[in-house]
Amino acid sequence: MAGRTISEKILARKSGHDAHAGDLVVCEVDCALGTDGSVPMALDYFKAMGGENVRDAARLVFALDHYVPPTSPQTIELHRVMRDFARRFSVTLHEAGEGIGHQLIVETGRALPGGLVVGADSHAVTYGALNCFATGIGSSDLAAVMLCGRIWLRVPDSIRVVLTGQLPSGVYAKDIALALAGMLGADGAAYQALEFAGPGVATLALEDRLVLSNLAVEMGAKTGIFPADAETVAYLQGRTGQAFEPVAADPDAHYSRTVEIALDALTPRIALPHLVDQVVALEDAAGTPVQMVYLGTCTGGRLRDFHQALAVLEAGGGVAPGVQLVVTPASREVRDAMAADGTLDALVGFGATVVEPACGSCCGTCGVIPGDGVSVISTANRNFKGRMGNAKASIYLASPAACAAAATRGVVTDPREVSR
Amino acid sequence: MTALRGRARLVGDDVNTDSIISSTRKRESLDPAVLRQFLFEHVDPTFAASVQTGDILVAGKNFGCGSAMEVAVTTVLGAGIPAVLARSFSRTYYRNAINNGLLPLVCDTGGIREGDILISDGTGAIRNERSGETLSPEPLPPIMLAILRAGGLVPYMRQNGDFKL
Repeated sequence: MAGRTISEKILARKSGHDAHAGDLVVCEVDCALGTDGSVPMALDYFKAMGGENVRDAARLVFALDHYVPPTSPQTIELHRVMRDFARRFSVTLHEAGEGIGHQLIVETGRALPGGLVVGADSHAVTYGALNCFATGIGSSDLAAVMLCGRIWLRVPDSIRVVLTGQLPSGVYAKDIALALAGMLGADGAAYQALEFAGPGVATLALEDRLVLSNLAVEMGAKTGIFPADAETVAYLQGRTGQAFEPVAADPDAHYSRTVEIALDALTPRIALPHLVDQVVALEDAAGTPVQMVYLGTCTGGRLRDFHQALAVLEAGGGVAPGVQLVVTPASREVRDAMAADGTLDALVGFGATVVEPACGSCCGTCGVIPGDGVSVISTANRNFKGRMGNAKASIYLASPAACAAAATRGVVTDPREVSR
Repeated sequence: MTALRGRARLVGDDVNTDSIISSTRKRESLDPAVLRQFLFEHVDPTFAASVQTGDILVAGKNFGCGSAMEVAVTTVLGAGIPAVLARSFSRTYYRNAINNGLLPLVCDTGGIREGDILISDGTGAIRNERSGETLSPEPLPPIMLAILRAGGLVPYMRQNGDFKL
């Protein structure tokens, strides 16, 4: 009998049933996130379902991150409704400006190895970096979780992504993720889990793993999950007092396919407008003019991302004339750390517009919107037409260093060329 | 399953939820009756006005990719569209469809043309009136059928209070 993947083991644990890929199971949810983009609808569904009390408020987290700051009476009202509900049922609510919900789930140690965390936002897959089964749901599913604490899930097949070697200088986790998106395609992992493995995993910091898990949904994946190791445990130290039990794949687990990525051989990548899997070697797009550079989001808005970007900006002598640099820390913790070590001042010194920690320009619901005909290079996860709030703009996706390199020249530029 | 008879309205591959309904629109209202006038506005500005009740969306692969926002389903329903046929769906769109009573059917949509009349007697198979071709969508697992038959997740939860496999 074949062994089990990480996903099969976690969903077996959470459903109390022997779970194999393809099975439908009902699982206990350890934690569920909702944002101002999804909770208002969820509260309507909850009420319509006859919800009078939430099953377990301690497992729910609300984050105000999509409309920050709120710029209309309608969005102010959405926040008020969420605050009232959270207060009434003692649900933890992260206020506007505390950060992106996904980052807060990770920072506050709510996503733990071996656990099941759902989020009413597609990028809930991010927490898979911490060895938990993490997946995106809609508002109605969130309402049901609020009501009964459970969710039905189809146990996914898994694609094994074997990482070998170590990233060369100037190449980053984002380049791995974009390379993978290019290989698999925008639906290449549909209904499946990406399970990362191989000796290359140990060379990746937790921040790197978050990038890879975050981008998993852009290949259609249900989750992008890592094994737990010393790095995972070290990250969680001081962030949770809860015990956890990591889950490892069996050596003879069954995978639908295996893909291998030799990190040593990777070069910088870029996703061209308007699809995430339109990935080419960055050098092939070099020279393309960009007018806006966006550093932020749940993919590329963490402290290390800003350090990598700043190093390139400094090496390149700052931001080229005519380029708008927008910086959005993923959370207040990130912004405070940037302030403490001088990163924030340095970026402002280069002319950056710093926006409140939140989803910002990424989803087009708040933050700085690109103008007509503007080309944006961004550390985000999506480049769909209209994504940032203007369907007449074009979005390129690349690593923080590559975005910074473009900022220094006003055209797409290999970051290794600037750092040299 | 409910019987269907409607015109095929073709959209392509990798149609993301922001293309279906721009997320900037949901800042103003979550009401499907309001949002329906912006359905596919950046893909085809004339689309929303041309929708007739009963029209069926016919897509290629990966329909509903991107954001998990549920208005991308409720707006389609609000426009009077009861079903989406696609070669494949994004999983969050698929879940949201089931939960709201929008019928998501996975089948080979390659032979369907814009305006074809698609007919189903509710037993599963879909007949293309023009070509005479019959499509057999992948059957839905029992829990999804139960939610759809209840009329969506709201009535399902009202009846059951929990998920039952």
